[in-house]
Amino acid sequence: MNAKTSFMNGAASGRGRRSSQGRRRPDISLLLRMVVYLCAGITLLALLLLIAYILVKGVPHLTVSLFALEYTSENVSLLPALINTLMMTGLALLLSIPPGVGASIYLTEYADRNSKKVALIRLTAETLSGIPSIIYGLFGMLFFVTYWQWGYSLLAGAATLAIMVLPLIMRSTEEALKATPDSYREASFGLGAGKFRTVSRIVLPSAIPGILAGIILAIGRIVGETAALIYTAGSVAVICRDLLSSGRTLSLHMYLLSSEGLYTDQAYATAVVLLGLVLLLNLLSGRVAGKLTKGNE
Amino acid sequence: MMNKIEIKNVNLYYDKFQALKNVNMVVPENRITAFIGPSGCGKSTLLKSLNRMNDLIPGCRIQGEVRLDDENIYGEMDVNQLRKRVGMVFQKPNPFPMSIYDNIAYGPKTHGIRNRTELDEIVVGSLQAAAIWDEVKDRLKKNALSLSGGQQQRICIARALAVEPEVLLMDEPTSALDPISTAKIEDLVLELRNTYTIVIVTHNMQQAVRVSDRTAFFLLGEVVEYADTDKLFSVPRDKRTEDYITGRFG
Repeated sequence: MNAKTSFMNGAASGRGRRSSQGRRRPDISLLLRMVVYLCAGITLLALLLLIAYILVKGVPHLTVSLFALEYTSENVSLLPALINTLMMTGLALLLSIPPGVGASIYLTEYADRNSKKVALIRLTAETLSGIPSIIYGLFGMLFFVTYWQWGYSLLAGAATLAIMVLPLIMRSTEEALKATPDSYREASFGLGAGKFRTVSRIVLPSAIPGILAGIILAIGRIVGETAALIYTAGSVAVICRDLLSSGRTLSLHMYLLSSEGLYTDQAYATAVVLLGLVLLLNLLSGRVAGKLTKGNE
Repeated sequence: MMNKIEIKNVNLYYDKFQALKNVNMVVPENRITAFIGPSGCGKSTLLKSLNRMNDLIPGCRIQGEVRLDDENIYGEMDVNQLRKRVGMVFQKPNPFPMSIYDNIAYGPKTHGIRNRTELDEIVVGSLQAAAIWDEVKDRLKKNALSLSGGQQQRICIARALAVEPEVLLMDEPTSALDPISTAKIEDLVLELRNTYTIVIVTHNMQQAVRVSDRTAFFLLGEVVEYADTDKLFSVPRDKRTEDYITGRFG
């Protein structure tokens, strides 16, 4: 979103400059156009290459035994990891969305926008988002795993990931709430509605697409995370039976397969599944967003 | 003729800037009162202070009294209750991004009406009162944002009427609309005159002449002249009023 607006600003100022330098306009604009085409081409190519490479290397090794319910060193089944990933994602979102969305509502709707407290919270969130994930992993291990004695577990992993994606969710929710026109708030207050009703019935619903965009980003990070999970959720290749049992996720599974060096082909096959999963989750959240905002179109 | 609102010695500041200077005025019941004046003269500010929408602006301070039916609205009165009694229509049509029905029902629901048939009646009644019923009766479930600007503004008026206010504040309600929509809104305002006390801010002096009973002319935060509309526009007492209405500045 940010990249888009800054690009548009750039284009607008570029236009201003060009018109003031009448004669050189054609060459510069042609050059600029070629440069941006090239940039767009490079990004598209990079993405396509990556996907194609993974598909070519992975699809031939997608076998039925890869989806066996039990992991053995013969079948190196990814199904336990797949199920763990889904549980991990769900739990981490459950732990991060309420405080993330709540904090953003506080920051945009309740707090004095220029106060020191708000600046501090924002600074904290931004700092959190810049910390490498291995540090979250170490923190999770010391705090959740050891100090709170959760052990290597689904819960410890999800709690660690929740802290990790909190800033992402906060940032996107805040942007979405800020983008809600003040005229909606005025109209609601003008009818005698209080703050809570205005926020819950008017502001929040119109911010849902933006909030969901943040959640999709969060899903991407959770599904793709390995470093933070090695020390918190462990690497057992079984389906987690409860919150306090240990289990590996797909990314971790992939990492372990390829680091052992024996199952590189299966690692690629896992990558295909992971890719598919991320696509599926994104599609699904898009659908949910569509459903939730149906009345808004 | 009863006085609905009394404004007594009102001074209003945005941080250091004084936007209203010792304003005194009475707004008669079931009449249309127009506020005119150049941009930044304080007319919208005074309008907003009548239902405390100025509370939402950071750094805004107000001194003096605004009395609604002889009760100070800056005293004990609950602000949400005040805004239920004193409704507002804004400059830019601002329907909520939801269906027409939900837009109108939002206010009554806010004030505790849950009964479906009662809500249905209110929605129909408000849309009829705002002269938009015939245009939208077949698409109450459609999003209000799909309507034209003029229709949206009448939806906003219907939405304001749905909470059964006593006073309706209109902040340049036609400035974003085309002439045909403007005419419809003006007709509507004249019709509503019998039931509501209306205060309308307008940039358009012809509009003030067409719809209002009383007109106040504002300049630099002061009420320069406040009189019956026909008097103010035909025999202005103040030189500044005369200069403004004859188009010498503004």
